[in-house]
Amino acid sequence: MGELFPRKQVMGFVFSLILTAAALTVYFLHLSFAQGMAVLVITAFVQALLQLVVFMHAGETEDKWIIYGKVYFMIGVALITVFGTLLIFLWDM
Amino acid sequence: MEFFQRFAIPNPSLAIYASMVAIGLTVIAIIAGLTYFKKWGYLWREWLTTVDHKRIGIMYLISALIMLFRGGVDAIMMRAQLAVPDNKLLDAQHYNEIFTTHGVVMVMFMAMPFIFAFMNYVVPLQIGARDVAFPRLNALSFWLFFFGAMLFNLSFVIGGSPDAGWTSYFPLAGNDFSESVGTNYYMLAIQISGLGSLMTGINMITTIIKMRAPGMTLMKMPMFTWATLVTNLIMVTVFPVLTVALAMGTMDRLFGTHFFATTNGGMDMLWANLFWVWGHPEVYILILPAFGIYSEIISTFAGRNLYGYKSMVASMVVISALSCMVWAHHFFTMGQGALSNSFFSITTMMISVPTGVKIFNWLFTLWKGKIRFTVPMLYSIGFIPLFVIGGVTGVMLAMSAADYQYHNTMFLVAHFHNTIIPGVVFAMLAGLTFYWPKMFGFMLNERIGKWAFWFLSIGFCLAFFPMYITGLDGQARRMYTYSEATGFGPLNMVSFVGAGVMAIAFALIVYNVYYSVRYSPRNIGADPWDARSLEWATHTPVPEYNFAIEPQVASSQAFWDSKKKGHELFPGKLEKIHMPNNSGVPFIMSAIFFVWGFSMVFSLWIPAIISVIAIFACMAHRSFEKDHGHYISVKEIEETETKLRGAN
Repeated sequence: MGELFPRKQVMGFVFSLILTAAALTVYFLHLSFAQGMAVLVITAFVQALLQLVVFMHAGETEDKWIIYGKVYFMIGVALITVFGTLLIFLWDM
Repeated sequence: MEFFQRFAIPNPSLAIYASMVAIGLTVIAIIAGLTYFKKWGYLWREWLTTVDHKRIGIMYLISALIMLFRGGVDAIMMRAQLAVPDNKLLDAQHYNEIFTTHGVVMVMFMAMPFIFAFMNYVVPLQIGARDVAFPRLNALSFWLFFFGAMLFNLSFVIGGSPDAGWTSYFPLAGNDFSESVGTNYYMLAIQISGLGSLMTGINMITTIIKMRAPGMTLMKMPMFTWATLVTNLIMVTVFPVLTVALAMGTMDRLFGTHFFATTNGGMDMLWANLFWVWGHPEVYILILPAFGIYSEIISTFAGRNLYGYKSMVASMVVISALSCMVWAHHFFTMGQGALSNSFFSITTMMISVPTGVKIFNWLFTLWKGKIRFTVPMLYSIGFIPLFVIGGVTGVMLAMSAADYQYHNTMFLVAHFHNTIIPGVVFAMLAGLTFYWPKMFGFMLNERIGKWAFWFLSIGFCLAFFPMYITGLDGQARRMYTYSEATGFGPLNMVSFVGAGVMAIAFALIVYNVYYSVRYSPRNIGADPWDARSLEWATHTPVPEYNFAIEPQVASSQAFWDSKKKGHELFPGKLEKIHMPNNSGVPFIMSAIFFVWGFSMVFSLWIPAIISVIAIFACMAHRSFEKDHGHYISVKEIEETETKLRGAN
């Protein structure tokens, strides 16, 4: 019976609800802009990874290396884009 | 009547009215022709609803060729306008529209579908697959591209063409400075076809990762397949940036937001930034498949294995990573400091290292080879020196301090045409000639092909080398005229002559197709070039299921091994084959996208909302549809195989 119960998925669902609630508190708690953005960015990335691993089944097949490789590459490019843009328009303008 | 005034052309001229009549007559002729020859059913069953990767590839190819001629006419008109000082052939507005549509058409609607044509047609054959991973998604990709392209071309006769350059920089592209709906067309047409490109990216990655023939490890894939994999990885990474940038631009223009405005906290430079975050990787999206095609052709006609297979793969991976960190070199002069300019200068120059590795690998492949100078090989050999000139001037432009001199001059125009024409256009024509017999069952005439190659190469040199000189002398790009005192006249006349010679080359290519359709022999067999990889191992014409028996692979040149070393390519026996069913939904859904785009361009909200609902209805239909494809029985396969073998 234990194998039939989707423990991972139920836990994932609960955890994603918690993350959503945490993001929602930014609206109610009157945080500063920086604090609010920090909470939102962190919960958003954790939420995305959670969805990818638990509900979109990344890492459950033999070709998981290309899925994760692609995710890391995308995160790398996103970071380069964001920090490059900050360099151009904020720190060095 | 007031309602219809919005569809009028803001800056009409005789040429546009003549084109309207010509377009109208062509549409009537096509409809009448299809009706007279009773081909509507054939068109719908065999082409509009097809999910076969080979037919989709051919449709991409036809669209790309048509767009090549549309963009080419724009180019000729530009060169004609600049041929003599103070020319009155075109006015400033018309010239702006032409250079804008030339750029967009050539990059988005000519080069992109051309590479998709080869990816679609060749990659599943090269890896021994029966189709791409998601055949229906593939059809949707094509039709989204097609209707995006049609929407963009419609701007010419309804509402006016975009006129803010192919980069469409804000604030010029904003409502304050571009009042006509032209830039709306730009935003929405590229958005629609960009969605198609993103889907193709996902589709091709999945196909290559999941559907390779047994024995074909990643390092045993043919080089074009590797190039396609790397290209599509970049494509999936950067196209979302374009999607977002275009969506923000659309909202600025239609809904009064201020993302790229100069007021209310907007930042016009952010458009340039986002555009090039996509735009620079985009040029590698175009060039890497071209490199793949050259690798196939050079190794085939030098009669040797590709030299340095591993370094070829490694250099492509390095290029793909570097391509995402050089974008700021497109706007060195925008006002950022020396630190960021130096960073982007260095990353830009670093790209020349892996590219140089590839050039040397091709040269070493040629070294001691038994070279056959066929038309595809001529293009490949011509590519190497011409592309190196483009690459070296690229390194010159990469030096940010010097770039203050070159920026937005004809030197830049000469540079990027010098990489794109020998790099991409030559590769596409080489690939076209190389894969033509596989696609259509006969070869293009070699003699006419060689004439076309020489006209194209010489015309190219005549057209673009003078621009380096006038650029260094200070001729700005996108200026519709110049005075006689500048002294730019004679060299621009040489450019015009060169453009004319290139036009003759393209006319020769068309004549070659006509001539070869009529006179080329049809009994060429499945492997007319004595080639090396799997796509030549199946019959010509390729049956619907590609390979009757799944091929077994032991090296990157599996077919060559089977010819020379006795490798057994098809050890299995016939089994029934599972194939996808045709579907009209991709075509219908993309047509609705076209209606949506058109309604958005003219702010017709009610049809736009209805179209969005209809698009979601199409997706819902797909979700609830039960379609498990069909099987081709062993008996049918045997019949087809006997027939095809008999033909050869």
